[in-house]
Amino acid sequence: MLKINDINVYYGNIHALKGVSLEINQGEIVTLIGANGAGKSTLLKTISGLLKPKNGEILFESEHVAGKVPQLIVKRGISQVPEGRRVFANMSVEENLELGAYLRKDKKGIREDFEKVFQLFPRLQERRKQQSGTLSGGEQQMLAMGRALMARPRLLLLDEPSMGLAPLLVKTIFRIIEEIKQTGTTILLVEQNANMALSIADRAYVIETGKIVASGTSEELSQSDQIRNAYLGGH
Amino acid sequence: MEQLIQQLVNGISLGSIYALIALGYTMVYGIVKLINFAHGDVVMVGAFIGFYSITILDLGFFPALLISMASCAIFGVLIERIAYKPLRNATRIAALITAIGVSLFIEYGTIYVRGAQPEAYPDNIVPLKSLEISGVKISGQSILILVISISLMILLQFIVHKTKIGKAMRAVSYDMDAARLMGINVNNTISATFAIGSALAGAAGVILGMYYTKIDPLMGITPGIKAFVAAVLGGIGIIPGAMTGGLLLGVIESLVSAAGGSLWRDAVAFVVLILILIFRPAGLFGKNVREKV
Repeated sequence: MLKINDINVYYGNIHALKGVSLEINQGEIVTLIGANGAGKSTLLKTISGLLKPKNGEILFESEHVAGKVPQLIVKRGISQVPEGRRVFANMSVEENLELGAYLRKDKKGIREDFEKVFQLFPRLQERRKQQSGTLSGGEQQMLAMGRALMARPRLLLLDEPSMGLAPLLVKTIFRIIEEIKQTGTTILLVEQNANMALSIADRAYVIETGKIVASGTSEELSQSDQIRNAYLGGH
Repeated sequence: MEQLIQQLVNGISLGSIYALIALGYTMVYGIVKLINFAHGDVVMVGAFIGFYSITILDLGFFPALLISMASCAIFGVLIERIAYKPLRNATRIAALITAIGVSLFIEYGTIYVRGAQPEAYPDNIVPLKSLEISGVKISGQSILILVISISLMILLQFIVHKTKIGKAMRAVSYDMDAARLMGINVNNTISATFAIGSALAGAAGVILGMYYTKIDPLMGITPGIKAFVAAVLGGIGIIPGAMTGGLLLGVIESLVSAAGGSLWRDAVAFVVLILILIFRPAGLFGKNVREKV
């Protein structure tokens, strides 16, 4: 579904992604794990078109999308839930969700998706008219995910959905990620919480200082000594 | 007492002109974090377009107002595309200096094209009757100015809160990258903001011409700066703030004039600016934004 071939991304002089290649198949949850500053968010921003790779290619359903503007990429079916949620705090929950469907014109479909999002996140329905800046961190995460789903994406990019949330909420969020997968949406999940990420992912990539250093199925990586020592707290 | 109320009404109608101009400052600041110092000159251009529409094209007041608004909208977008867009990622001081350059360019460009001589605004274009309510005489002009400004502000509120482009504008001004991730075309949204702000400036120009009865190529400077003060007074970037700030500044000015300080009326705006910057730098409506983790 998504195929990334040998991309290089720079921030000025800093070489942030060094020849990264990665593949995601239809219907999978793929996770990208790595430490702070390894290049995880950079990769997601590049896929979404916020950053342009210097070279290499990104194919989404065999169409070249590297370096394309974000609105085209959203239109093709890739939505991102950015790190730190980035909800529009000055707007209501409902308006945030409407903005998620910004490029869509099918009013009926949008109404249906409102219902779907509210089914997935009943809390958002209760707080429909509330300013989203007044929501708790967990609720904002739900809103950011709901907002991305309003674009009816085929590939959903999730950047650190567990960040700053209480353990119980993290569980809820991960359960919902699995539910989203059940509806047929493919997911690329970026996480520092490698344990949780591997527990729901089909396959995983490990990124270190801008390079992919390991990949495989979640079971393989959970059992690899190297990965366990570096990311899963030993044992 | 009657005198006071009369001055108050004057102040409100003058203030509503400031408010119209202040809205352009605040909207542009809200979205690209730039104080568009050329905004006052867009007001001047609007006044001249209105003037020529009335005198040369022989149009009525309202068609002239609409033509002025439409032309200024296009003019504002051109300014943004030519002068500011290439500097989107430059330092803010570079953009600010450019804005001052654009301002001077428009002022002296206008003088180059048509000369520096002032024009007398036709004052009999709308049949106006003054109103008398229990001894207080309100001029028809004040009422017209108020009605136009308030309708435009209501229209603006509707655009910003209920339409798709308005929601996109608010999203872009809050978080540009997050807005991009929604598929919002940031460049078009910024252009729309300049278009709307400049259309309001065009309307303000025509009204201002009527109010002062005289227009010239440098007429935009003073109201421009006062409207900037009004925007800061209300809290720059906040739309209701610009409206309140404008009205408040107009009323303060009129009251100072009424108290016998008409020579001080221009200085008052700057006293207000200094006071607000000392005691409430975020403006009346501004709050300290805290981030939630």
